[in-house]
Amino acid sequence: MATTDVVPQEASGQLGQKRIVNDMSIQVATVNGSGSQSSNTVLLRSLFKMGIPVSGKNLFPSNIAGLPTWYTIRANKDGYIARKKEIDVLVAMNAETATDDVMSLTPGAAVLYDQPLNLSSLRDDLVFYAVPYDKLVAPVCPEAKLRKLVKNMIYVGVVARLLEIEMAEVENAVAKQFAKKAKAAALNLAAVKAGYEYAASNLTKHDPFVVKRMNKTAGKIIIDGNAAAALGCMFAGVTVVAWYPITPSSSLPESLIDYMKDYRIGKDGKATFAIVQAEDELAAVGMVIGAGWAGARSMTATAGPGISLMAEFTGLAYYAEIPGVIWNIQRVGPSTGLPTRTAQCDVLSTAFLSHGDTKHILLFPSSPAECFSMAQDAFDLAEHFQTLVFVMSDLDLGMNNWMSEPFAYPEKPINRGKVLTKEDLEARGGFARYKDVDGDGIGYRTLPGTDHPAAAYFTRGSGHNEKSGYSERPDDFENNMERINKKFETARSFVPRPEVTGSGKEKIGILAFGTSHWAITESRDQLRNEYKIETDYLRLKAYPFTREVQEFVEQHERVYVVEQNRDSQMASLLKLDLDAKLLTRLRSINHIHGLPLDARSVTDELMSMEGK
Amino acid sequence: MATTTAPSPTPAPKTNRIGLQVLDYRGGKTTLCAGCGHNAISERIVDAMYEMGVKPERVAKLSGIGCSSKSPAYFMSRSHSFNSVHGRMPSVATGAMLANRNLLALGVSGDGDTASIGVGQFIHLMRRNLPMIYIIEDNGVYGLTKGQFSATADMGSTLKSGVINDLPPIDTCAMAIQLGATFVGRSFSGDKKQLQSMLKAAIAHKGTVMLDVVSPCVTFNDHDGSTKSYKYMKDHEEPLQEVSFVPVFEEIDVEYDPGTTVEVTMHDGSRLRLRKLEEAYDASSRIESVHRLMQAHEKGEVLTGVFYLDTHAPSFIDMLNLTDEPLATLPESVTRPGREVLEEVMKELM
Ligand SMILES: Cc1ncc(C[n+]2csc(CCOP(=O)(O)OP(=O)(O)O)c2C)c(N)n1
Ligand code: SF4
Ligand SMILES: [Mg+2]
Repeated sequence: MATTDVVPQEASGQLGQKRIVNDMSIQVATVNGSGSQSSNTVLLRSLFKMGIPVSGKNLFPSNIAGLPTWYTIRANKDGYIARKKEIDVLVAMNAETATDDVMSLTPGAAVLYDQPLNLSSLRDDLVFYAVPYDKLVAPVCPEAKLRKLVKNMIYVGVVARLLEIEMAEVENAVAKQFAKKAKAAALNLAAVKAGYEYAASNLTKHDPFVVKRMNKTAGKIIIDGNAAAALGCMFAGVTVVAWYPITPSSSLPESLIDYMKDYRIGKDGKATFAIVQAEDELAAVGMVIGAGWAGARSMTATAGPGISLMAEFTGLAYYAEIPGVIWNIQRVGPSTGLPTRTAQCDVLSTAFLSHGDTKHILLFPSSPAECFSMAQDAFDLAEHFQTLVFVMSDLDLGMNNWMSEPFAYPEKPINRGKVLTKEDLEARGGFARYKDVDGDGIGYRTLPGTDHPAAAYFTRGSGHNEKSGYSERPDDFENNMERINKKFETARSFVPRPEVTGSGKEKIGILAFGTSHWAITESRDQLRNEYKIETDYLRLKAYPFTREVQEFVEQHERVYVVEQNRDSQMASLLKLDLDAKLLTRLRSINHIHGLPLDARSVTDELMSMEGK
Repeated sequence: MATTTAPSPTPAPKTNRIGLQVLDYRGGKTTLCAGCGHNAISERIVDAMYEMGVKPERVAKLSGIGCSSKSPAYFMSRSHSFNSVHGRMPSVATGAMLANRNLLALGVSGDGDTASIGVGQFIHLMRRNLPMIYIIEDNGVYGLTKGQFSATADMGSTLKSGVINDLPPIDTCAMAIQLGATFVGRSFSGDKKQLQSMLKAAIAHKGTVMLDVVSPCVTFNDHDGSTKSYKYMKDHEEPLQEVSFVPVFEEIDVEYDPGTTVEVTMHDGSRLRLRKLEEAYDASSRIESVHRLMQAHEKGEVLTGVFYLDTHAPSFIDMLNLTDEPLATLPESVTRPGREVLEEVMKELM
């Protein structure tokens, strides 16, 4: 079945016009710093509270005020929440981009524009609605200074009327948005109503897009991935956090500060955590490593440029076997230009970060719920394997609004790994820090401050023997490197296993990870509905790869590896791991727009590679 | 004729106030060059820790990279130690102290490790007043990479090869004072008494102690033309005070003249006595201490002694309001909030 329901319009209105119910994407084009975020949140929330699955994605510049920004809300009755390639309803508030915004629409889309922009002459295959914002805002907002902000609430009213969003839900959303500011709530609500009334008496609906209450969001929450990660870290028992601000990661530690202040102050009124804004990422990761060495659950959050700066310390931590968790909220490369766009472009650089032979455990969350649960996985793995663990989120997941089931309280107890206490040392009479006692490659460690004369050991980089004595002997080095490698092999059966869907019998397999998941889910339905092609799908959750990955490739003639980078980084990583005879089965679908991946692009690309 | 001699009882080994021998503070055999100033500093650390009766297990040794940074392997084997990366020991020390506030952090760095590659982290460590002792073993060169100039080399000093340094030196003490360190001094690896007293006072201090210890590199920077040689120090060292230290547990007291000696009570009740060799010097004034340091540069003196001391400033641990237990070993019952917390947060997001 097609993804859009087209039903004949009921009763009144234009003759022969169709209604498209609960399936649209709304794009608000503004400039950043204009205060449209509250309006967009109100719209998103109203739809969500009408029971319609939604997602909200912010496309913003690396700038504080005055550059173009687009916010896209998708409402979809089938639960598709990936970005939709086509825009159905454009709210054109930015004079600078308005022409381009209009020209890029597909026929049939609706455009709400600021009357003086005079956009309706641009095309005759769209539906235009002119709104005189300045005229409408003046009477509801006597304070001229505030009009720029309040103006945004007018479009909320107009959109509500045109799309048939329930006003009661809009009112609730405004009340929640301005919960602690009664005056602002009243002012904004007045603006919404002014927009609504204007539309009611002046605009005649000519576009097909409407919403209608359904029941697909009951009990769900809306949250961004970074806040979810912060919550996950708090419930995973994090104690030391060091960070340096960088988009799109900053909101993770910032949320964490808020949560920890609320919920992690002890009975003595003192903090059971330390959060430090470091002077740079080198210091941030240095603090994480110092704290991990001394026994804390320590973490940092950063993005690509910060990861690069953390490279040297990462090598030390790998060789010296020190736990720590690093959130990499990936974004498009260097800091000028597109740092505020999403990507999955640090897969390879993070997997092998640093000098010497190094490889690291990576986790790939695809939803806020996984940001929450993988936080504990990451800490447990880091302490169990005495190594750094990287959680590879991205801007789309970290900073955008996602619908989610409420998070489940963690049932697994926290795993602090092999740490010997004073009593253990008394029983054992001593220990050798880097000896593989259990055959899993993982040695036992002690924490500084352990009150036993045999507790101390010397921590250094490459040159040490089993007893952590200084050694430049080739055999000591080789044994040590092999043992560290064994830990990595052991980790294969400890990391989260992939999620495999489909009959398992199809010729075509799709392999993806992280936020690509949402586009893949929709694309597989498009392939089925539009082309009668069935696919199997493996969603990776971790590196090193588990057994299921090799099996999946073995079971499929062609495996499309979908990823949001240019160089097929995950496919490259797979090629290092898979049996040589399987390599020709892999094909790559790459997406490097800086925008979240959409289903249509995947479907089109896959079909063209299938020669269809 | 047979005589009987009573076997002379072997004297009980000397122990400190916690019953440990000086042996218990020793480390591995040094691999540094014979005569290297760094070795002398290691010995002073051993003596100071022994005499102060510090439990070795409480100490965390931290270092960067360099000959100096290797030296923690050569003292106090019963303490954990972390030889980290070049110039970034301050962040590792910060993390370790946040994880376990009960540790006594002892950082050993070099002039290259601190004043060049590590100057950024050094600066921010000083600002935070993290409780730790930070020692720069200062020889004016990069010993481990075979004798290139460091950023503390004086203008006009020469390398063995004759190369002249024409850049001004960084005065790490002046920097530390300006940035907020609360105990700042300079000493000389060859000045046993002064260095020992300063180290003991450092152990008693709660806050960042920054000690720049001139420590000649006999292999690459002990020649004529060097301003960090033994000979140069002998000729140019200008002590500001005669430093002595009375630990809190020592009852016997020596009289002192309050007219010429300043006594400072440390956090643990110990007393640091500074017998003034310069009448007007006031170690509680940042302005004066930096002024005097700048003056010393102009006069070509190597000023030593306790330059600045503030025993009241809050430490980083105080500022963070950390709970008394080390964060590292807090139980799950404390670090994982209950179900009702998650439920409350989820409700908010619905
Ligand atoms: C990132 C990095 N760059 C360069 C080096 C090489 N290196 C090792 S020790 C050193 C200088 C050490 O000088 P200093 O801190 O003064 O110690 P010293 O040997 O003089 O005691 C350098 C540059 C390194 N280890 N790491
Ligand atoms: S090279 Fe210089 S600094 Fe290094 S051990 Fe020898 S004397 Fe000491
Ligand atoms: Mg040096």
